[in-house]
Amino acid sequence: MKERKNIKKLLNIGAICFAIVLLYIFNQVFNSFQMRIFNLCGIYVILALSLNLINGFVGLFSLGHAGFMAVGAYTCALLTMSPDMKAMNFFLEPIAPWLENINLPFGSALIVSGLMAAIAGALIGAPVLRLKDDYLAIATLGFGEIIRVIFTNTQSITNGSLGLKGLAKIGWFNASSESIWWIWGIVILTIVFMVRLIGSSYGRAFKAIREDEIAAEAMGINLFKHKMMAFVIGAFLAGIGGALLGHLIGTIDPLMFRFLLTFNIVLIVVLGGTGSITGSVISAVIVTVAMEALRVLDGNIEIGGYMIQGIPGMRMVVFSLLLMIVILYYQRGLMGTNEFSWDILIKRFKPSKH
Amino acid sequence: MMSFQTFMQHLVNGISLGSLYALIAIGYTMVYGILRLINFAHGDIFMLGTYFAFYAMTSFMLPWWAAFVIAIVLTCVFGMIIERTAYRPLRNSPKISVMISAIGVSFLIENLAIVLFGGRPKAFPIPPLFGNIINIGGVRIANIVFIIPVITIISLAILLYIINKTKIGMAMRAVSKDYQASMLMGIDVNHVISVTFGIGSVLAAIGGIMWAMRYPQLMPLMGIMPGLKCFIAAVVGGIGNIKGAVIGGFILGLSEILIVAFLPELSGYRDAFAFVFLILILLFMPGGLMGENIKEKV
Amino acid sequence: MKKHVAILLILVLMMSLFSVGCVKKVETAQEGEQGAQEDVIKIGVFEPLTGANAAGGELEVQGIKLANEKYPEVLGKKVELVIVDNKSDKVEAANAATRLVDKDNVSVVLGSWGSGFSIAAGQVLKEKQVPAIGTSATNPLVTKNNDYYYRVCFIDPFQGKVMANYAFNEVGAKKVALVIEKSNDYSVGLAKFFEEAFVALTGDENAIVSKVFYITGDQDFSAQLTNLKDSGAEAIFAPGNFTESALIMKQARELGIDLPILGGDTWETPDLLDIAKETAEGVVFSTFFDAKATFNENTTEFLEAYEKAYPGKEPAAVTALSYDAYVLAIDAIERAGSADPKAIRDAIAATKDFKGAAGIVNFDENGDAVKSAVIKTVKDGKFTFKTIVDPK
Repeated sequence: MKERKNIKKLLNIGAICFAIVLLYIFNQVFNSFQMRIFNLCGIYVILALSLNLINGFVGLFSLGHAGFMAVGAYTCALLTMSPDMKAMNFFLEPIAPWLENINLPFGSALIVSGLMAAIAGALIGAPVLRLKDDYLAIATLGFGEIIRVIFTNTQSITNGSLGLKGLAKIGWFNASSESIWWIWGIVILTIVFMVRLIGSSYGRAFKAIREDEIAAEAMGINLFKHKMMAFVIGAFLAGIGGALLGHLIGTIDPLMFRFLLTFNIVLIVVLGGTGSITGSVISAVIVTVAMEALRVLDGNIEIGGYMIQGIPGMRMVVFSLLLMIVILYYQRGLMGTNEFSWDILIKRFKPSKH
Repeated sequence: MMSFQTFMQHLVNGISLGSLYALIAIGYTMVYGILRLINFAHGDIFMLGTYFAFYAMTSFMLPWWAAFVIAIVLTCVFGMIIERTAYRPLRNSPKISVMISAIGVSFLIENLAIVLFGGRPKAFPIPPLFGNIINIGGVRIANIVFIIPVITIISLAILLYIINKTKIGMAMRAVSKDYQASMLMGIDVNHVISVTFGIGSVLAAIGGIMWAMRYPQLMPLMGIMPGLKCFIAAVVGGIGNIKGAVIGGFILGLSEILIVAFLPELSGYRDAFAFVFLILILLFMPGGLMGENIKEKV
Repeated sequence: MKKHVAILLILVLMMSLFSVGCVKKVETAQEGEQGAQEDVIKIGVFEPLTGANAAGGELEVQGIKLANEKYPEVLGKKVELVIVDNKSDKVEAANAATRLVDKDNVSVVLGSWGSGFSIAAGQVLKEKQVPAIGTSATNPLVTKNNDYYYRVCFIDPFQGKVMANYAFNEVGAKKVALVIEKSNDYSVGLAKFFEEAFVALTGDENAIVSKVFYITGDQDFSAQLTNLKDSGAEAIFAPGNFTESALIMKQARELGIDLPILGGDTWETPDLLDIAKETAEGVVFSTFFDAKATFNENTTEFLEAYEKAYPGKEPAAVTALSYDAYVLAIDAIERAGSADPKAIRDAIAATKDFKGAAGIVNFDENGDAVKSAVIKTVKDGKFTFKTIVDPK
């Protein structure tokens, strides 16, 4: 048994090393378009994991993710933007003086933006986590919308509907090749963190709450504390994901953080299997790549000389249909609540031991 | 400050908006009362009703009353189809799955509508009977403002009659009280739920057509905001309570207008009011104004 | 069960890989051609051809193609248009610009409808040092802090000034109320510039008596509009999306508000007339171009070409602007004497009194056109030319 544990440890380290080598190769061979998609995949992995923690592991149906992302994205953008750039962006209404000269390096700004989102999560979670199921869903959806309306109206802080342009590139050196390391580095950290969290006693408490709240409470699990913990951690990661998304695209505005964005992440989590880390990671990558690739549906398609007139919007129809099929016929999604584990692989390669 | 005349105008505006919310909220609350499910697609069924009426009037050149009847019937059928395909297979699944399905259906309808009807707005032709404006002592009131409350009250009366006096109504009440037990008692639960959805969709279609006559602009995403606000109205009145929904609708409509009336500088936050309202009600009066506080069953 | 999901997902993945492969193939084919034809000058165009803004993009491509037919050659070489779709999406706009420069090696870029897309692409073009000529994007941020972006249309501060002048001189208003679409950068900006100009004109700090707001997608404006009744305003300035603006006109008239309603260039769509119907009668707005506003001989030339290509139709303002953008690009290449992007940039910057179909163009220090505006009104259910306002 002990031997197997060591093997697994080695395999884990090996996998991470392999991932780093892979990232290095990708960084060399991908063109800027492929790079952008690949980085987007990473961001969606972070976002899907953060929502899965709340929805999948604790069973709280939260629809306010876009709001937390907005908090993270705006915090990070305002903290890293140079005073000159701020002056250019805020040409209609000057920026609030206390924000004008704040300037942090990217790493610390990212952490602060996660923290701000976590604070927002705590403020929202404290009152609404008492609610159940659909009431919780609609209340969190409401909070997401409220955050967006506030951001639209507080022009001297967020620049309102004008949004912010010219966000710095991800990283310290303002180089495009840096983003992949930041984004996928955070992805790896998030996965490791999630695996450890779910394996810990907290993780077991989360799952107990998901399966049966009353039984869990009877077993001595503090419902509120655990729900709050998952909600705040989820918000923290969503804030980081939002910040990365904003800096990847280079410009943000309140319209970006509509309910549609939350829906995309819900879609990823459901397709991957609510309650599976592996599922979320795989489905985030598949959905992001497919979303880009299916853009051909919106344009004209030529098959064997026949021109099929593209229908704008067809892509989203196909996606909603796909989601409905999965919900109705494959409720467990890609992975259900299963996880990837070395045990299966080890068993396969070492049948002689048994 | 504000003149009496202006205040009266605000009041009329509030009642007019409130009566629309009330009309749509009835359908919302009815479906919830029996299924215990937030039908996210209600706003989209509402949108479909207006488009059906639009095409019946413009493409098929039908007189307005015939167009409205056809639109209502079509929407009813559509609602029943949605229930059958998207909700029935999940009857014994966890609540979260049903809700995700509801959201999925809502997005599917919206995206289909963008493809089929196009993203550009369409102008809804208002029959002359509904378009006139009356001037009472400087307060301007559109004809439709009188018509909507009348329709709301008629719908309410018919609905209450169906629920309280007919056999299917009795079955609905039974299903809403205890789903399992009513099945054991020999009630065809699927049929009852199907009928409930049909009635809910009829109400959505009526609400949609009235809405389009007040705001004659059709867009594929036009149902989202009214849908959410009417859900809030239903919660305010005590969700599942039909009379409560009417009261909730009026309260929401009036307060939305009056807040803008007295604090115009906050008008940019108007859409956030309804949600703030919702959250306050959920926290301090989870049963709403008219509903009883139900303890979660163990 | 799981197998089915797996198959489904694999199918999706295969489809996506397949399509990516397709895209690649097309690109390599173009690269091959490029080597063979050295005597071609490439002009890139990025416009929204699919998605929410497809209608606007279509109109602009019309104008560019028309100009290309008229002026197919420059410096003795054939001009090749490379038109790419930015899919009404900011990210796609940046991708499209990258493609035009990296893959197609264009000398100059034209477009796009929509300020947001132009801003996103502008950052790429600035980095790659390829000049761009904007067509109809009016947001000041497009050219600000970007030496490689110019445009042939005037910008929102000027438009705000034009309408403030109109409200003050023609309407004779001393007090104005603003109705602002808070979630729309265009509306917020235009309202702000109008306010500044109007306060300066009247010399009255309180000339703006009321400001009310709404959010894109709202349908009920009765509360906001009723508030204006007691405000003492003599005119309403309500720039914004035409969909909401149409409902605002209707509801204002229903509430018995008979004040003149003024707005901006976005109102010039048939949908606005459809929805607002007779309530749109008499509203006034500024725009770029009208067939009846003949600026110079190039206007006539453009109108003749348009009539030939699309008989019986009236050209949209953006079609005239995109026509101008192309002609200006050709003019600059000619003056630069080469297809080198940097030389072309300098030539564009040195432009003086360029006679465009939609007015004479001079650039200010940001690269924005200083030119005349057209004021239009709605009369008998039709957009009708009112007057030309010259820049001061």
